[in-house]
This record gives sequence, C-alpha cells and structure tokens, in this order.
Amino acid sequence: MARREIQPINAGSMADIAFLLLTFFLMATTMDVDTGLPRLLPAMPEDKEEEQSEIKERNVFVVLINKDDQLFVETEVVDISALKGLTKKFIMNPDDDPALSEKRPEYVEYFGEVMVSKGVISLQNDIGTSYGKYIEVQNELALAVNELRNELCLQKFGRRFDNFNPLNETENEIIEAVKKVIPMAISEAEPKKTGGN
Amino acid sequence: MSRFRAGKKRTLPPINTASLPDCIFLLLFFFMVTTHFRQTNIRIMVQTPRATEIKKLEKKSLVSYIYVGQPIPQLQAVYGTEPRIQLNDAFATTDDIRDFISSEREQMDEAEQKQMTVSLKIDQDATMGIVSDIKQELRKTSALKINYSAKRKGSGMK
Repeated sequence: MARREIQPINAGSMADIAFLLLTFFLMATTMDVDTGLPRLLPAMPEDKEEEQSEIKERNVFVVLINKDDQLFVETEVVDISALKGLTKKFIMNPDDDPALSEKRPEYVEYFGEVMVSKGVISLQNDIGTSYGKYIEVQNELALAVNELRNELCLQKFGRRFDNFNPLNETENEIIEAVKKVIPMAISEAEPKKTGGN
Repeated sequence: MSRFRAGKKRTLPPINTASLPDCIFLLLFFFMVTTHFRQTNIRIMVQTPRATEIKKLEKKSLVSYIYVGQPIPQLQAVYGTEPRIQLNDAFATTDDIRDFISSEREQMDEAEQKQMTVSLKIDQDATMGIVSDIKQELRKTSALKINYSAKRKGSGMK
C-alpha cells in the first residue's frame, strides 16, 4: 500500500468565514433603529376638578379628525395639504390678525427681545379615527413647526435648524433658544366622541 | 525569482496568520452576545405609518415597546381580526400596561427611569380608540415620554 499522509485541512478560509459572520452581527446591531415622532404626554391632573388655566379661544388652533378621517381646522373641512400653511400662519400671525394667536414679548438668548406666539395647537380625534391618518396630521403639524424654525435659523444664522448639532454645547444652546422662540405646542386632547359610530 | 532571492539574504518572514481566525471569532462572539434581538415573538402584524419629521430613538435600553395590530393569520382563528395589544410575548389588555410599565421600570437604573421612553408600534389601520386608551393608561403610570413609531417616507426598508 502506498504511503498516504493525511493532509492537514486548510484553515486559511476560516478567517473569511468568521469575517462574514462578524459583518452580519455588526450590521444586525444597528439594523432596526427605531424611528418615530417623539412626544411628551401631559401629566395626569391630580384632581379632576382642577382644570388648567383658561386659554383664550383665539390662541387655540383646533385640528379635529373625525371618524371618517376627515380633517377639520377650526370647524371647517380642510384638505391635509392646506394644513401646514394654516398652521404656520396661525403660529406666526404676520398681520396680527385678531382671530389668530397672540404674541408676548420674551427675552431669549441669541435673539434678544422677540415676540413668542401664545398659540396652542389642539389635536382632537375620534375613537374611530385611523392611526395612520392621525400620524399623517401629527407629521404635518411637526413639519410646519420645523419649517418655521428652519426659516428663522436661515435668516439669523444662515443655516438650517436641523443642521445644528445637539452634541455641541453652543449649538445646543442655539437649538434650545430656537425652540423657545418657536415652541412646538401640540396638545393631544382626550378623545371625544364626535358623531355616531 | 530564485535569483532575486539569492541576491537578498534577509527576507522578512511572513506574518503568521494562524491566530487570525481566533481573533475574529473573539470579536464575533462579542457581537453575538451584545446583539440582543428584542424581536420578541411577534404575534401581530404591524405596518407602522410613514412620516417625514421622524427622529431616531437613542439608548435602546431605555425603550419599551407596545405593539398594536391585527393578530397574525395563524392566530386569527382564535383571536379574531380586531387590533390587539401585545406586550412582551403575549396579548394583553389596557389593564396590563400598568404592570408592564412598572416591571420595565424595575429593570432600569434608578437614575435612568425618568428617561424611559415607550415606543408605540401601532399599525396604521388601527383606530385611535385603542391608542387613546393606551395613552391614558400611560399617563396614569406617568410614563410620559412616548414615541409614535414611524418609518421614513419613501424608504423601502422594513
């Protein structure tokens, strides 16, 4: 019988296989980054009787979505494409329209004395409203506020609002200042039953 | 080639790469251990809505998930097609949210409990009735930081 030596198994490709697995797990660790619209719920009132301070009617921008996913802005049916413009107009109130939000002077760093809107967006929905529509409207409202902030930042700093880095200390101060000048005041009302179902 | 070698006596010995696989395996195991697929047994189908103004959720360890959607087809015979809430691995009702939140809280450091975020992974066809119930329940347990989970508009990734 011929001498037959057992050849050693070539382990050279082992590293490659391990690399492949490694890259898979490397990718998997960052694969499902959850994204979404962050919001802060209002705290539960301690006492049912104790209601929040009265807000003037003109300072409340009522956005209602009924059970058929129809959008109402201040009791009028409105198409979703018009919502952003209306929201921006309500917050900024450029012509000091008495029907739109009031403004109060406030001192904000980087900006000095500025007029800050007192407006609150009240987002109301029915039990039958679809969640998809609700998020669409939420998104549109957020978009309105973000665009206003962008415009302000472009005017003041020549940069977009979302270009500022919150990890940088001074830039974070600017972000906070801009948030004060144009607050995102969206109130998610408790559900009301509007219309049958 | 042989002439070349003959000319130069001092050639660098090749680096021994025999231990390379071991190094890689070490790294591999590290990532395998640290990657925790939090994809619990999904019993419902969730197609989150799409939006443009979304932000990334930082610090996964501080995030708890509440799923709402239709049960998966295999379970529809038993549980019907009405949207339901899923916490961890099981179907739940709004009354279970309180216990769920407090148990999630206990798993966190005391200092971090305030930053706890609840991510609502809700199907876009669910109705707001169930969502409002969840929100009310979260307010009662003072888990106020929430996140309406949504995907970026226009991207095809799931």
